[in-house]
Order: sequence, then structure tokens, then C-alpha cells
Amino acid sequence: MGVRVVTPAKVSIRDLSMRFPTDRSTIEVLSSVSLEVKDGELVCILGPSGCGKSTLLNVVGGFLKATTGEVLIDGQAVTGPDPRRIFVFQERGVFPWLTVEGNVGFGLFRLGAAERAERIAHYVKLVGLSGFESAYPQELSGGMKQRLEVARALAVNPDVLFLDEPFGALDSITRLVMRSELLRIRRAEKKTILFVTHDIDESVQLADRVVVMSTRPATIRRIVEIDIPHPRDLSSPRYIALRDILFEEIGLAHKI
Amino acid sequence: MPTRSDVERFLLPLGTAAVAVGVWALAVRLSHTNVFPSPLKVLAGLKELAGKGVLWRYVADSLRRVATGYLLALFLGVPAGLAFGWMPRLASAFNPVIQMARPISPLAWMPLAILWFGVSEAAPAFLIFLGAFFPIVVASMNGVRSVPAMYLQAGRNFGLGAPRLLARVVFPAALPQILVGLRIALGIAWLVVVAAEMIAVDSGLGYLIIDSRNAGKRYDLVVAGMLLIGVIGLLLDILVRQLEKLKTVRWGFQQESA
Ligand SMILES: Nc1ncnc2c1ncn2[C@@H]1O[C@H](COP(=O)(O)OP(=O)(O)O)[C@@H](O)[C@H]1O
Ligand SMILES: [Mg+2]
Repeated sequence: MGVRVVTPAKVSIRDLSMRFPTDRSTIEVLSSVSLEVKDGELVCILGPSGCGKSTLLNVVGGFLKATTGEVLIDGQAVTGPDPRRIFVFQERGVFPWLTVEGNVGFGLFRLGAAERAERIAHYVKLVGLSGFESAYPQELSGGMKQRLEVARALAVNPDVLFLDEPFGALDSITRLVMRSELLRIRRAEKKTILFVTHDIDESVQLADRVVVMSTRPATIRRIVEIDIPHPRDLSSPRYIALRDILFEEIGLAHKI
Repeated sequence: MPTRSDVERFLLPLGTAAVAVGVWALAVRLSHTNVFPSPLKVLAGLKELAGKGVLWRYVADSLRRVATGYLLALFLGVPAGLAFGWMPRLASAFNPVIQMARPISPLAWMPLAILWFGVSEAAPAFLIFLGAFFPIVVASMNGVRSVPAMYLQAGRNFGLGAPRLLARVVFPAALPQILVGLRIALGIAWLVVVAAEMIAVDSGLGYLIIDSRNAGKRYDLVVAGMLLIGVIGLLLDILVRQLEKLKTVRWGFQQESA
């Protein structure tokens, strides 16, 4: 036996449970969820709508306090939101009153003007919005707004990104383009990414590991390692096999 | 060639106005009235007023009173509304008072205004302030309350404390609704000034109307005053609507431009 190198987890979710009080009773949304995410890993959280994926992500991001359990990032308990970890919403999260530059520079208010301008230029270019610096979001397409939101998040140089069904509102072609863009950006900027989706294909295309959630109250049913090197061939037998495993796990027959 | 939008924006309304004036002139002639003035007599009345130098003075007086009361309402009402929207507790405390004061017509305050300020510039400005203040407060409050949670969450995520969050997220997100309130408030201010000037002062367009009637039944001047009030009100509205075209708020008015 060789020496086992223990890489400390970047994000460590420990026995999280979440109950929301309702009018008469409480509804249980998360039930003892535990998960370790390694530094630089891209983990997809896959589950049916309404199972509690957003709730989980909001707890990990520090926007909601869990009923029991805790989240550690770099070994420190999460007590609230932090610019070192940024939440990316569907493209509706960009600020419509700011230009592309204004949005990308939104989180850079602590920097001097020169450094801010430099960062803005860098990230505008990285997400492919050069030439649109002074455009307002309503002048952009859905895919461009989504890129803008990603650029706004990356500009503050966070080490963790939370993406909550970020491409859900885009058409299927734009969605495919955005996925490969995300993978390209991830090669350029190493980030730990928690990506919530209810799209099985999306999870197999993107993830290092797919965490399959049950219906509410959400528990982790299974964690599937996606051992296909990038760029991934969507018609390779391994891709189809992994996809089938996930379809099976979600409880869907993969025939129509 | 005039484009289609030119036709819709200018030619059609001007055509309608011309027809209306024509009908008015014809009606005066056919009815042989000697009380109600014809368009030409009204025009002559306007010239007479302009010649005496009172026309521009009255217009300026009315506008100055509106500006005083309205700007006061703006500078107090927007911060108050933002505070109420941001702090639900504060809103709960003040809401009953606001909701009760709101349906009281500013004109009902007239006796008190004269008691407190006498027949002075302050009395009409106070009434205008009252008329404009509440719509501005309510629009600002509702604007803040309807800021999407997503924007607030994003703002907090980037490390903004409360003052920055208010200045950089809440205020710009609420601005389109605030502008709607400002526009409504300006319309009300212009309504109130005319009424206030009929009682509380001895100049301005409201005074012109009541004085022309009382001193010699000069209905040509009454109608001239009314027309001036209408035209200036329209211009004021066009002026505030220009604000809606600013790029930083245009997103909030998209359903109209789309
Ligand atoms: N603040 C809340 N109060 C009560 N119920 C909530 C609240 N937030 C979420 N829920 C409920 O929790 C469940 C999971 O929601 P969510 O995490 O948004 O699911 P998902 O993102 O997987 O679609 C839903 O049934 C939702 O109604
Ligand atoms: Mg969700």
C-alpha cells in the first residue's frame, strides 16, 4: 500500500437537513445530505424539479441557514454570502440598468480604476462579449446575457462558483454552445463549480461527478463519476452508458 | 414624405386639434352666444395679456410655485419612500397615517395653509407639496418592495453592505417605478397650483381665471387661461417622459417601446 494523499475537501457539506415551516406543518426539503467537493472539481447536482436543489445551493452559498448540519469551505463554516464564492443565476440576474462593462465591474468596487478597467476588459473578452462593452442587457440575446453573468462572477476572482440551472432558459442550441463555453472558461480559470441541473445530458457533458438527488425530501441517491476525458464525444459508448445509468437512477425509462 | 410614425405622432393629433377648434368656432357662431368667446377672441385675449406683460409673469409664478412644492416633495418623498420600502417595520408604523392622509385632497388643507402661511407664496407651495408628496412616497416604496430578490442576493453576494446595496442595487432597480410616481405627481402638482391660486394668492394662471371672471366676466381670458394651463401641463408631461428614455431606466419601460 502506498501513501494515501489526502486532499482536503474544498467544500464539505455535512449532514444538512432543511425544513421550512408552512401554514400548518413543516415541509422537509433536505434530509441529511453530505457531500465533499474537491478543489477544482465540477460537480453536477442532478434531480427532479422541486426536490430541493436550489435550497441546497442556497445553503452552501450562505444565503439560507440549514435547520441542522453545516457547510465548510476551506475548513471554515459558512455563515453568509462571500465574494469568494459567487452565485450565477439564469440570465435574468444581470443588472439591466448597467452596461456590459458596468455589470462585469459591479463587484470590483474595492479596486482602483486602472485595475478595474483591466479586469473588465479581460473578462469581457474571455466570455466573448468584445464589442458590446457599452451595450445594455436588453440589447443582448439570452446567451449573451448568460455570458455576461458568468463574466460578472469571474471578475471578482472567486474560487467557487454556484450555478443554478444557468442555461435553463436558453434554446437548446445556445445551451450546447454555453456548455462548451463553460468548459473552455473552466480550463482558463480553475474554479470549483457546483452546477445544479435537472437535465441528464447536461450533467454528463459537464461534470466530473454527478450527484443524483431523490425527490423531496432530497437525499443523495447515488454519485456517478463521469470518467470521460474532454472534449467528450456525445455518441461514444461510454457517454451513452453513463447517461443510461443516470436515466435509470432518476427512474425514467430511456425510450419514448 | 412623412413617415408613418410622423403621421401618428404629429399630423393626426394636429389634425384633430384643428377640427376641434373649427367646431368650436362654428358652434359659437351658430349659437349667437355673446358670453362664450370664439377662438379668435381668445387669441386676442392672449395678445392683450401678453401686451400688458402679465401673461409671462403669471406663467412664471405658477411654474415657480409648482417647482418649489414639487421639488420639496421629490427630495423628501423619494428618501422617505426608499426608507419605507427598505424597512418594513418603519412602513408598518407610518402606513396607517399615510393611507389616511392620502385621500384627503390637498385643497382640503387650504384653510390650514392660509392659517399657517397667510396669503403668501408658501401657501400654494405647501398644497402642491402635499399633492405630490404621497404619490412619490408610495411609488418609491412600492419600487423598493418589488426589486427582484435575485438582484439583492447578487448584490450581497458581491459583498455590498446596506448603504452600497441601497445605492447601487435597490435605487436603480426601483428607479423606473419612482419615475412613474414622479410623473403622476407632477400632473397632480399642476392641477393643485391652479386651484390654490384661485384662493391663496393674487397672481398665476389660477388667479388669472378667477380674476377674469370676477372682474368683468372676461370669458375670453378665462378660456385663454384654461388653454395655457392645458398646453403647459402637456409640455411638463412631455418633459418628464423624456426621463424614461434614459438608458439606465429604459429597461423598466420596455413593454411600451417593444
Ligand atoms: N422559503 C421556502 N418556504 C417554504 N417552502 C420552500 C421554500 N423554499 C423552497 N421551498 C420548497 O422546497 C422545495 C424545493 O425547492 P427548490 O430547492 O427550489 O427545488 P429545486 O431547485 O430542486 O427545483 C419546493 O417544494 C419548494 O416549494
Ligand atoms: Mg431550482
